Amino acid sequence: MKDVKLSIFRHDPETEKEGKFVEYTVPYVEGMVVLDAVRYVEENIDTTLAVRWNCKAAHCGSCSAEINGKPSLMCKTRVETLGDNVSVGPMKAYPLIKDLVTDVGANWKSIKRVPAFKPREGLQQPWRMQQVDIERSKEFKRCIECFLCQDVCHVMREHYEETDYFGPRHMVRAASLDMHPLDDLNRARFLNEEGGLGYCNITKCCQETCPEHIPITDNAIIPEKERAVDITYDPIARLIIGRKSRKGGN
Amino acid sequence: MNESYNKVKTDVLVIGAGGAGLRAAISAADAGLKTTVVSKSLIGKAHTVMAEGGIAASLGNVDPKDNWQVHFKDVMEEGVYISNWRIAEILAKEVPERVFELEKWGALFDRTPDGRILQRAFGGHTYRRLCHVGDRTGLELIRTLQDQVLHRDVDVIDELYITQLVKDGDRVTGAIGIKMNTGEFYAISAKAVVIATGGAGKVYKVTSNSWESTGDGIKLAYEIGATLMDMEMFQFHPTGMVYPPGVRGLLVTEGVRGDGGILYNNKMERYMLRYSPEKKELDARDVVARANYAEIQAGRGTEHGGVYLDISHKSPQYIKEKLPHMYMQFLEFAGVDITKEKMEVAPTTHYQMGGIRFDPETCMSSVKGLFAAGEVACGLHGANRLGGNSLADILVFGKRAGEGAADFAKKESLREIPEDEVQAQISYVLSFLKEKGTNPYSIMDQLTTAMSENVGIIRDEEHLNKALEKIQELKKQYSSLGVPGGRRYNHGLLACMELKSMLIVSEVVVRSALLRKESRGAHARSDYPKKSKEWLKNIVINKDGENMKFDYIPVQPTPPELAQYVKPEVYS
Repeated sequence: MKDVKLSIFRHDPETEKEGKFVEYTVPYVEGMVVLDAVRYVEENIDTTLAVRWNCKAAHCGSCSAEINGKPSLMCKTRVETLGDNVSVGPMKAYPLIKDLVTDVGANWKSIKRVPAFKPREGLQQPWRMQQVDIERSKEFKRCIECFLCQDVCHVMREHYEETDYFGPRHMVRAASLDMHPLDDLNRARFLNEEGGLGYCNITKCCQETCPEHIPITDNAIIPEKERAVDITYDPIARLIIGRKSRKGGN
Repeated sequence: MNESYNKVKTDVLVIGAGGAGLRAAISAADAGLKTTVVSKSLIGKAHTVMAEGGIAASLGNVDPKDNWQVHFKDVMEEGVYISNWRIAEILAKEVPERVFELEKWGALFDRTPDGRILQRAFGGHTYRRLCHVGDRTGLELIRTLQDQVLHRDVDVIDELYITQLVKDGDRVTGAIGIKMNTGEFYAISAKAVVIATGGAGKVYKVTSNSWESTGDGIKLAYEIGATLMDMEMFQFHPTGMVYPPGVRGLLVTEGVRGDGGILYNNKMERYMLRYSPEKKELDARDVVARANYAEIQAGRGTEHGGVYLDISHKSPQYIKEKLPHMYMQFLEFAGVDITKEKMEVAPTTHYQMGGIRFDPETCMSSVKGLFAAGEVACGLHGANRLGGNSLADILVFGKRAGEGAADFAKKESLREIPEDEVQAQISYVLSFLKEKGTNPYSIMDQLTTAMSENVGIIRDEEHLNKALEKIQELKKQYSSLGVPGGRRYNHGLLACMELKSMLIVSEVVVRSALLRKESRGAHARSDYPKKSKEWLKNIVINKDGENMKFDYIPVQPTPPELAQYVKPEVYS
């Protein structure tokens, strides 16, 4: 059995000005994932190491981190795929609480702001929907809220403090509601005016990072952008609206 | 010097933000009460996300013959006749409504060709009954409830770990805890408290349970005098992953068998034909788990100590559509493509069927003002839980607990938590912060190993006593526990307190298991291999000073109008 050398970012913002990577040696176990190695450190070497995790099965999205600089789930990244140098740091798009743990609380605020699901009026339960019609929304609902898409997004990462952009996770969530076959709202205008939809310039980093392989940009953000354009900038609509307003109508 | 802390006042305090807690919070808030939810993890991360297979509800969409009576019968029979009939009746009757309600809140279930909610087969259910979303039903459920809670006027305080419930006379009046991410202490006064903290699967080494399932709710309730019941009943899921070692115990959904998966031993024999010729792979979990265990014990296991589970006879498209998460889980964790290869599986600790005893109508425990719902509560599943009934349980009884707590809170007034009680609790928690102390994780490791080795699928007096001895030994070491570091995000500090919960739960489980001298459902004793009529009773546990007091209460007879649906119990 060989050992794994692991550099983990350590920083307690309350007591230290700056953080640093500290190297630990952990015995290798076959099939080991990064979370196993980090937890080995926590349980056996330094119990003060702060790490957030829940299920260790890629269901909960708690153990998000940057592994060798790449936003990844610790529970899903196998150690043997990483070579000899393994570094684990916290997500950089969020304020640090301690070591590998960040404050992702801003996301709940965004969730509250996006209008909730609103079924069409007058529907009689039990509802009927076709499987084919729910597939798109279902695809978005695979999201485990690990917020790695938020972390990798350069808008969130570079401009976290000042941007209006809710981030890819919330575009996906809004799209899952908009594309629910029985939802009555269109959130594109809201996303455009308040959610910073226009800030996304389609670099698709989020969908490459998503551990659930959701085509975030292609299937959620671009269609929402198209809808926003339809509502706001459609030249034919503008022409008609313009003509109506010249006639003094509404 | 007195420590500073945050004071919170609320009408209904819900501890736990899994399905049961969130559903309870919705009810309490809808009743017009100030509602506060606290949880050990971030919101949306609770163990509910791990539920895969579905919600059991007798909609009859796929099998029109299904109805609540048959669901009721399945619960009573497969729970081996020690379930509470009234709890089972309420569940069977109310769960369809809860499913439609979820749909109204935006949940999307898979559909039948004519557009209704699709239902899949699951072990022990007479008809195809489980409403599902592929194999990630729990995620859909918790997201839907989370959205509902966030869009209501509910205060959510996450990463707050409750260390103590406070009582005034015979009534619960609040809770004290530490907020992980800030290191601050909280004293929350409440008119009613709902405990929805989930189970304690983490007392076992090999488990499908996630980090939070350390039995904290059992400890909190037990310590202030709530009655526990059926604690010897721990469910072992027949199929957990076995390889690689890092994922040992991780759940392989029963949906695999529900959708056609077959179990083989290393001789490629479909052995379930021997153990259960009629229901085969889809017999109740206790039966299939014991069969898998027996095959492995008899030397007919796989290379890594499991049995084979095979679904590769179905088309890759079918598998990826029905079991997308299983497909990814095996591909990414084990390098196994389940559309082509067999899975290796073995039993894994899955669910605590015992828990806090509650009144079926209000969900109130034996302590006034303290309500319980979900895995932390008991009475529904008896000696064996059917797949899909836990999600049904958290919805039906989460709602009822929230309503029960709201009704209670409306009649009561807030009582201040005494300053000295808060200070005493803070000092107690902080006493674990010391440079030189025993590492809590080393004790946890010994405890979970002892539980997995001695209190597993097949039990006997000798092994149970061995486990009990170990628990006693570890209890003695408890006072020497200590971890370095500060108050903020110190998991080591948290582990010291979780270990207390784990020790209490383990001791109750082992002592109850020693008492029940028969084999019933999930509780199988090699020294008492038969089911006994004498044991048609529940074991109840109360705190008695520093000791645990065990009593027996006969199972309440099912009234004739319901008993007609249930096959009479047979003893051999």
